[in-house]
Amino acid sequence: MRPDRTPLVLLAIVAVLLAAGPFTPQWAVFLVTIAFAKGLVVLGLMILLRCGLVSFGQALYYCIGAYTAGMLGRLFDVSGVFTLMLAGMVASAVAGYVLGFLLARYRGIFFGLLSLAISMILYGVLVKSETLGSTDGFNVLPSTLFGVRPADEWVRYMVLVVASLVAFVAALLVHRYLETPLGRLAPAIKDNEIRVEYMGASARYAIHVKYVIAAALAGLGGALAATTVGHIDPEMAYWTTSGEFIFITILAGTGSVIAPFLGAVIFGVIQTEAFSISPNTWQMVLGSALLLVIVFLPSGLWSLFRRRRAT
Amino acid sequence: MAAILDAHGLNKSFGAVTAASDINAAIEKDSVVGLIGTNGAGKTTFINMITGYLKPDRGRIHYEGRDITDLTPREITRIGICRSFQIPQLYSSLTARENMIIGLGVVMRNAGVGGFFSRGTPNVPGHDRPADEVADAILERFGLSEYRDRNAQVLPGGVRKLLDIALTMAAKPRVLLLDEPTSGVSAEEKFAIMEMIMRAVRAEGATVLFVEHDMEVVSRFAERVLAFYDGRIIADAPPEVALSDREVRRFVVGGELHRIDEKRGGANA
Repeated sequence: MRPDRTPLVLLAIVAVLLAAGPFTPQWAVFLVTIAFAKGLVVLGLMILLRCGLVSFGQALYYCIGAYTAGMLGRLFDVSGVFTLMLAGMVASAVAGYVLGFLLARYRGIFFGLLSLAISMILYGVLVKSETLGSTDGFNVLPSTLFGVRPADEWVRYMVLVVASLVAFVAALLVHRYLETPLGRLAPAIKDNEIRVEYMGASARYAIHVKYVIAAALAGLGGALAATTVGHIDPEMAYWTTSGEFIFITILAGTGSVIAPFLGAVIFGVIQTEAFSISPNTWQMVLGSALLLVIVFLPSGLWSLFRRRRAT
Repeated sequence: MAAILDAHGLNKSFGAVTAASDINAAIEKDSVVGLIGTNGAGKTTFINMITGYLKPDRGRIHYEGRDITDLTPREITRIGICRSFQIPQLYSSLTARENMIIGLGVVMRNAGVGGFFSRGTPNVPGHDRPADEVADAILERFGLSEYRDRNAQVLPGGVRKLLDIALTMAAKPRVLLLDEPTSGVSAEEKFAIMEMIMRAVRAEGATVLFVEHDMEVVSRFAERVLAFYDGRIIADAPPEVALSDREVRRFVVGGELHRIDEKRGGANA
């Protein structure tokens, strides 16, 4: 059997990022940090996609995570970055657990549209909530690390360090999870749910667990995004945000836990470049990139690595 | 001998069609029972009721004295009753070996072994070896070693059939129901395949019920025959008695011989 190199590769990526961070321009640090926040959401979508489920409403949990972090600062003056992320994750996991009872019963287009509908309900509620800033949202407290607020020029780097470590741990845990008997059921559920039941496993339970994991990861990503950007608004729950996550998932592929983060960074780069080249038609550039990937790399960018390894 | 499985007064209708009408059968432990009958006679309905896929309208099913009538297929599998399928139900995007490993993983999970927090490579309960070793051993027993790393999707029909049965062995079934194990297999290979299946399955000490249309296979492998016709059991006896029964000859065997001829002529998979 091939030795498992994923943890080592992850560790190397984190080491490079942390070492290069202080010498990297602020905009690039920001880009990577936001990409990691999105990568966390995509990591969850990847788990779901492996069992054949596409959630068109993952922005729901992204937004719950972000608003939980924002509200904690606003109401209780909490600014510890780890506390905020933990809170965002827990809030989303709880929401995912409750909604999972409903969603784990559905498959295919029904699952996708139901998750979309629920995320749009949250969007609608937030837009109508004057106290939460309505469509403008509100600013998030500047975050601190263990009670210390670093100097301004180090804030971005601090968040990058936190984002890298959190993404590293999340990716490792998911990587391990995918190798457990329950995690391995994903492609089996996708292929043949009847057989899964006749082997003595509950597909619905397995999906519920995966759904909660995906929600927790999205909440974590949302809280990270909130502390990175310093501002949150209802757009975070809007369907285009969910669409972006799916975009990255398809771009990246489901081959490895590294893929979502790689995909998110590449997405960020393409988006930034496209925007600076043609500010009015940048979506077209992104769309073309996705088309190319779908046509030439149907299993996502990650298949580039796999193919090379196979030969 | 004690009955391991006891079906009592089973009735099942689909609208105007009666698929089971007062089915009574006590299956002895460690026996091999052949289920025969024309298509639509109620054999698969019988299997579906035992494995919990269909609930009988009336009647109860007991397994080792326990009423299992209202259990789900999943719960029934967990207590030791497994089935194979007439049309193989595989994880087609995965290799034969991965199919096995998933089955073994379910067994481990149900026993609380090999979860997220466990360390090393734990043994599969009942098999007492790690999952990949057990997977290879079962595949070998079914003559599937050479197909180990091929996707289930691209395997030949007979191989898919064997893999489908091999998958049931992951759970170490006490009772195994095989739905037409040799359908789609050429007449010449039937005996060899059946021989291999029975050797592999009986080595585990399972009670076997199999649906079969080839009466030569039935008389060779079954110790007892249940002949179905029109939702009823019209004969329940050792093969030599059952197959020479007047009703069975008229309603089952005659029709079946005809069917087999048809099958040999056509590409009926």
